[in-house]
Amino acid sequence: MDIRVFLLLLLVLVSSVEHGFSLYEDQVGLMDWHQRYIGKVKHAVFHTQKTGRKRVVVSTEENVVASLDLRHGEIFWRHVLGTNDAVDAVDIALGKYVITLSSEGSILRAWNLPDGQMVWESFLQGSNPSKSLLSVPINLKVDKDNVILVFSKGFLHAVSSIDGDVLWDKDFSAESIEVQQILQPPESYVIYAVGFVGSSQFDVYQINAKSGELLKHKSAAFPDGFYGEVLLVSSDMLVSLDATRSNLVTISFRKEEISFSKTHISYLVGESLGIPVILPSKLSGILAVKFNTLLVFIRVKSEGKLEVVDKIANAAAVSDALSFSEGQQAFALVEHVDGKILLTVKLSHDWNSDFLKESIAMDHQWGLVQKVFINTYIRTDRSHGFRVLIVMEDHSLLLLQQGEIVWSREEGLASIIDVTTSELPVEKKGVSVAKVEQNLFEWLKGHVLKLKGTLMLASPEDIAVIQDMRLKSSEKSKMTRDHNGFRKLLIVLTRAGKLYALHTGDGRVIWSLLLPSLRKSGSCKHPTGLSVYQWQVPHHHAMDENPSVLVAGRCGPHWDAPGVLSFVDTYTGKELNALGLTHSVAQVIPLPFTDSTEQHLHLLIDSDQCAHLYPRTSEAIGHALRSNCIGVVDEYCFNSSDLWSIVFPSESEKIIATATRKLNEVVHTQAKVIADQDVMFKYISKNLLFVATIAPKASGEFGKPTPEESWLVVYLIDTVTGRILHRMTHHGSQGPVHAVLSENWVVYHYFNLRAHRYEMSVIEIYDLSRAENKDVWKLLVGKHNLTSPISLYSRPEAMTKSQSYFFTQSVKALAVTSTAKGITSKQLLIGTIGDQVLALDKRYLDPRRSVNPTQAEKEEGIIPLSDSLPIIPQSYVTHALKVEGLRGIVTLPTKLESTTLVFAHGVDLFLTRIAPSRTYDSLTEDFSYALLLLTIVALIAAIFVTWVLSEKKELQEKWR
Amino acid sequence: MDKGKGVMVGGRRWAVDFTDNSTSPSSRDIPDPPGFSRSSQDQDDSTLSRQKKDAESNWKSQKAWEVAQAPFKNLLMMGFMMWMAGSTVHLFSIGITFSALWQPISALQGVGKVFESYKDSRVDLLGPKLLFIALNLGGLALGVWKLNTLGLLPTHASDWVFSLPPAQEVEHSGGGILLR
Repeated sequence: MDIRVFLLLLLVLVSSVEHGFSLYEDQVGLMDWHQRYIGKVKHAVFHTQKTGRKRVVVSTEENVVASLDLRHGEIFWRHVLGTNDAVDAVDIALGKYVITLSSEGSILRAWNLPDGQMVWESFLQGSNPSKSLLSVPINLKVDKDNVILVFSKGFLHAVSSIDGDVLWDKDFSAESIEVQQILQPPESYVIYAVGFVGSSQFDVYQINAKSGELLKHKSAAFPDGFYGEVLLVSSDMLVSLDATRSNLVTISFRKEEISFSKTHISYLVGESLGIPVILPSKLSGILAVKFNTLLVFIRVKSEGKLEVVDKIANAAAVSDALSFSEGQQAFALVEHVDGKILLTVKLSHDWNSDFLKESIAMDHQWGLVQKVFINTYIRTDRSHGFRVLIVMEDHSLLLLQQGEIVWSREEGLASIIDVTTSELPVEKKGVSVAKVEQNLFEWLKGHVLKLKGTLMLASPEDIAVIQDMRLKSSEKSKMTRDHNGFRKLLIVLTRAGKLYALHTGDGRVIWSLLLPSLRKSGSCKHPTGLSVYQWQVPHHHAMDENPSVLVAGRCGPHWDAPGVLSFVDTYTGKELNALGLTHSVAQVIPLPFTDSTEQHLHLLIDSDQCAHLYPRTSEAIGHALRSNCIGVVDEYCFNSSDLWSIVFPSESEKIIATATRKLNEVVHTQAKVIADQDVMFKYISKNLLFVATIAPKASGEFGKPTPEESWLVVYLIDTVTGRILHRMTHHGSQGPVHAVLSENWVVYHYFNLRAHRYEMSVIEIYDLSRAENKDVWKLLVGKHNLTSPISLYSRPEAMTKSQSYFFTQSVKALAVTSTAKGITSKQLLIGTIGDQVLALDKRYLDPRRSVNPTQAEKEEGIIPLSDSLPIIPQSYVTHALKVEGLRGIVTLPTKLESTTLVFAHGVDLFLTRIAPSRTYDSLTEDFSYALLLLTIVALIAAIFVTWVLSEKKELQEKWR
Repeated sequence: MDKGKGVMVGGRRWAVDFTDNSTSPSSRDIPDPPGFSRSSQDQDDSTLSRQKKDAESNWKSQKAWEVAQAPFKNLLMMGFMMWMAGSTVHLFSIGITFSALWQPISALQGVGKVFESYKDSRVDLLGPKLLFIALNLGGLALGVWKLNTLGLLPTHASDWVFSLPPAQEVEHSGGGILLR
């Protein structure tokens, strides 16, 4: 044992208080923030009929159903459905239930509109995959029960809106019809189901709405064939494109005979404009056809005659028609004109008059308008006003009313792809003085209040004010670097291709940038953002420059699509440079080198396995050794060759998870001191890869594979030589596997089929080739090679220890804390199935735990063995909050060694500060400064008094 | 230890010499009393002073030996205290161990001072000094031994490697599953 052990013991003593990281009630919000989002809106239904709370019910691409306040955009209630429970349609029934159809039409749910509680849920049977259609007729009643019509998976269901019972269903799966539309004219009890059989036959089924009986079946062949879907233009007219996409076909289906009427598009619009696309907006009597950027409105007259009403050049989106007073119907049209958006509300029957025309200035970072939803309200003068909800290119949601943006929500943050950080600027002296003087009174008041609080003299109102002050402390949201390194910028890339900088102090958006290189353009049809890297981290000699990040993306869904790179200044949020690449981006490897301007070297691997070096400066090329690419004149392109490969037998193993060490992880020491002053040398290598494979048969759903035919094999592989350092098989186990690799250990989570429980295993790997270094005298004079650079080709001998524990929860994400110097003990951060983040001490996942640890082992901090890992309620770092749709957990070291920032993202965002071994290097928040001050004052007073007394006594002595 | 030293050093603060060594009667105002013969007294006087000096040096060397042996008691005391303190690291055991280390060291620093008062041309102080040093060194050894049993001495390999940073790697690799 040594002094360190003594310190360690102190640490252990301190941290053995089980809920060392739990919070008090008044500390919530002090160092954490939580933001709630919903994602990109797909459907929106307004509910504004009655007086009271005006709301809009939306469903989103993140599978969220939410009710938003129309006044402020706040979330009234929200439900995040599972990842494979995508919402197909939303509607409101009976004026009090929100009806959602999800999971490809197999789950129908009703939610209570005011509070969002689920009223009923019904599973709709069916086998054939088909279009999912939801229709909530206003006054279709069967036995006094309002009926909801659902078409899904080849069945037409009539569902009671009261309790979700299926009243009747009609099977279409035998008819080989692809049902396109369900229509129920309000005046009759007949349901029309229309669709195609094959590509050139049109069928109409008439069904009795009360019993589900088939009343009539009509069929008509259309020899030219159809393309795409049909649009219901009016109650008896459908429009579609023919197979050549050069004719519009109107179908009249409610008469005795189905009649088709074909109109050539170029005849209609006068010239050939490109490929037409029928927009799915229901405009009652009008259809909108889009040719590239031109939008053509065509009115359908009786007998299937078509007539062009208008052509609009820069139209962005069209809403559905909304009927308001006296059967009038209106719809909204949004155009982009001179960087502003032009909102026009038109009446369906009277094209020439614009009911409303507003021009609204808008932030460029929101991009183009993608969707519009219209709603009406009665103004104070009893005329009709309109408000529209628009969904932008960056997924944000805006409400426009009376030519203004009433509120906006940055919904892009609900779909974060990648996260990196940037330091804030260094504080310059002599800036904040004026501010302090201005608020001197406030400042004094605050301190008096605080003093009252500490002396327990504060009234409940004062306490509330103090709490408010603590929460809104300007200290944590400053735009400068702080001493402890708590204030940083989080740079996040979202699925919409927008980059946001969030302040770690309070989570506000500092800047946002819709990356121009990741927007749709002629050369880049389907851009997607891939990842963000730190490109330039200035320190030392490049201090004056701003840090920047590299955003890698590609133009297309496949991994061989050409890539795009974008460089963004993290202080200003401006794009510095953008590169459209000729090669693809399959992998980005940050290299451990920087050039003289502190730009990090990155190696981009393309789909042909050529490596491209960035930045393209002559200085960077100095690091390169290999020969250049063949056939490409580019000195920054290099050949690659196979060094090693490990072939897993495809009939028995399939890779499902990998894990590597984080590049920025710092390890403090290579030695681990164990009980009895013995030492073990950790196998610490950045070139360590964890691979988990499972039996292909076991890759299916839960419950399908038997324990005998499923297994999980884990490997630890040295990525330089391809040597397998460790291989272990867990029989009867199954994925999904989540793994995290840090220092010399890997922890992974999987399902044990035999025990019917989740398990977490740990593997620790130790270096045996260093184990001989135990001679004190040699170490004393420095005669050892422990710190000299090593090559993995020397094949250091390794030894592993492992242990498995049961864990009761399934896991969504796994991460580990990281600190600046790597001294602080580690905690695992587990994103649980309940969308919370649980902190679990690494000490629980120690392979050296035994049933009866010896005294020395106890001193070392080894916990007695138990078969399952404890879940301590106080160790949820998200405390009472949930990070809905949790996808990832990112840990960021702060300058203060004891502390880590934890950022969890999903649909919601959450950031907090945790200290795995408590804040041993700083005084805690609840440290009583007042008591310290009082003690000091009392001591000084005592010293003074005794001094005076002693002086007196001495004088008396002298006089005696 | 301190106590013994105090006694030795402050042992003779003042002295009055009652012996009168002067021989000339002229120097005295008072005549010799009748029947007093100065010559006989002179002769007597030298033997007396020699005897006295012998006694003093004897006494000094005796005292010096006593002082030299004083740390032995301390040693026993310390040993007992250490045994009582146990082998775990806590405030008490650390305090005892450090005092056990500090006392011999401070005593060794003041060896000269301790034996200063017994300095005499006729007294051989080497023996007591050596004993004193040896005993204190013994005390020091005891302290160091205690320090070691507490695990506070870097005598294990773990004490030398616990903060060694990981060795640098020559190779670097990167990559992973293809970006989706």
